[in-house]
Amino acid sequence: MAFIHEVSPDFPMVGFLDSEGRLAAHTPPAQRSPELWWQCWVHINLTRRFDQRAINLQRTGRLGTYASCLGQEAVSTATGLAMHPDDVLVPYYRDQAAQLLRGVRMLDILRFWGGDERGSCFPPPCHDMPNCVPIATQLPHAAGIAAAIRLRNERRAVLATCGDGATSRGDFYEALNLAGVWHLPLVVVINNNQWAISVPLSAQTAAPTLAQKAVAAGIPGVRVDGNDVLALHAVIGEALERARAGKGPTLVEAVTYRLCDHTTADDMSRYADPVKREQAAALEPMVRLRRLLQGIGRCTEADDAQLEQQQNALIDDTIAAFLADPSPAPEDMFDFLFARLPDELQAQRRACQARQGRS
Amino acid sequence: MQMTVVEAVDLALARALSEDDNVVVLGEDVGRNGGVFRATVGLRERFGPRRVIDTPLAENLIAGVAVGMATQGLRPVAEIQFIGFMYAALEHLVSHAARLRNRTRGRITCPLTLRMPFGGGIHAPEHHSESTEALLTHIPGLKVLAVSSPQTAYGLLLAAIRDPDPVIVLEPERLYRSLKAEVPDDGQALPIGQCLTWREGDDVTLVSWGAAVQDCLQAAELLAADNISAEVIDVASLRPLDMATIVESVRHTGRCVIVHEACRTGGFGGEIAAQLVELAFADLLTAPRRVTAPDVIVPYLKLEPHYLPGVADIVAAVSDIMESS
Repeated sequence: MAFIHEVSPDFPMVGFLDSEGRLAAHTPPAQRSPELWWQCWVHINLTRRFDQRAINLQRTGRLGTYASCLGQEAVSTATGLAMHPDDVLVPYYRDQAAQLLRGVRMLDILRFWGGDERGSCFPPPCHDMPNCVPIATQLPHAAGIAAAIRLRNERRAVLATCGDGATSRGDFYEALNLAGVWHLPLVVVINNNQWAISVPLSAQTAAPTLAQKAVAAGIPGVRVDGNDVLALHAVIGEALERARAGKGPTLVEAVTYRLCDHTTADDMSRYADPVKREQAAALEPMVRLRRLLQGIGRCTEADDAQLEQQQNALIDDTIAAFLADPSPAPEDMFDFLFARLPDELQAQRRACQARQGRS
Repeated sequence: MQMTVVEAVDLALARALSEDDNVVVLGEDVGRNGGVFRATVGLRERFGPRRVIDTPLAENLIAGVAVGMATQGLRPVAEIQFIGFMYAALEHLVSHAARLRNRTRGRITCPLTLRMPFGGGIHAPEHHSESTEALLTHIPGLKVLAVSSPQTAYGLLLAAIRDPDPVIVLEPERLYRSLKAEVPDDGQALPIGQCLTWREGDDVTLVSWGAAVQDCLQAAELLAADNISAEVIDVASLRPLDMATIVESVRHTGRCVIVHEACRTGGFGGEIAAQLVELAFADLLTAPRRVTAPDVIVPYLKLEPHYLPGVADIVAAVSDIMESS
């Protein structure tokens, strides 16, 4: 007599573009568009170039601790391309590619990691939430934003991202659970990059997939190849469209690999097997996309040179602007605390000003 | 109309819901049940389940969802059933609600209100009688108000809901039904950041908030029979704090007794005493005195009378400092 059985829900991996750059027969028409392939290629290139330059700035003492997105650009690029301008992105802190597609400037990203709060004051019309450092706490916020959208009967979706480590937090379960109960227009994209700093996914959960965590919340879950920008574009696009159409929330597990240190303050060689990392590097999103594009005569040497020159010029200009950026005014610490600074803090603000005079 | 504190809370919520479509009420049992203290009775029926919302049982989620709603221009009024259950919600209050305006340099704001019953004296179970307001007053970016009567329940709650920044409103459990007063539904909010002087006096200033204000008023009455004239100040707004009113009073009386239900060390009374010494040392005839709970865990109901400071403790403290100064 046994009442208890092993349960193993099946979440097959959605993928169209294999690591050799071959497009599967079941690829939908929307993802067969060479324009989309090129758009993805250009943006992943830009993100990766920018990311490397940001790391260089940190290494040379001109940027604070920085979280690279190397290896995860496909997830974020597909996210940025699939979202509509009036949707809301609720990021964690490795969403550079999506943010750049949604009106966040490279200067904002450099300011954020360069230790300047103005980095989260995105220029209008970008209304997205700022980076969220405390793990998974952005997910209840995303649920609240989705609840506001639903209350106002708007046809908009909220997309929140997190890492695999975030799935260990109560916030993750609480937000998914609520999204199910309230039927919220919310898409949660897990960047399963296999690492929570140094702790591997196997030490994070006994669940064979993260997509299956949707089951307990009573919402759809889907697992997608996180290095396949076309599959990601299709899956995230469908989830967003469901959300906008009032069909409720979706959990997306994007399976990828963090090819970089957790941040510039981390050293991956202390805990990651270099052989496995090399294997993962062979599967990263650019290699396959390049092969696909080469198959149609793109990504020639001339294409590469032109792209490199254009993108480097853009990044150079941004870095020059960032390095020339004066520090924010010390009074800003007080002036953005409340809509109006309470009387009790006026003396402290004056003391802050007097202190500047002394130094 | 004469009403209790809990009825005044309900009245203020109804007022806020009817005057601003962006106001929503959310929390555990606030909808169909009308709240465990009945502070939200009738609201769901009147304003509908889309605006008076029962949430899953998760305080962290309630705070986090309220933050998200507030970023979109809603004015969520969230209830945590007892302050003893707020700890799960603290991360969203401290790391997000308090910081969003600052960390986006004004791009995103967080006009949420969080209501929490606090304090002892109702023979409640474990975890239901805490006074941990000092955990909140320490956090830059949060405003913390404490209700002491039906009038202040109405006025402070309206002020909190209309404020463009996150405000915590603490409602003393033992006052919820223990006193009634006239509360006109005139939509008048009380100012945030101003003490309320409930009784004027010449010999000593009694400073308190929450249910302790009523104890101070009773103590002042008893002291008057002994020809000691006590001024009673209700802090009402712990953050931002109106020290000017307290200092002005102490300049006149020369003596100050600070009363709170919270345990002593790190309690907000210490901050008031420190500021008094910094700002009015020369005017003090004697050191500020604190009447507080001891530094022990809030006991179960049988030992509660030995824990909570009461009227007799306040009278004794005043008599003591009157003799020595």
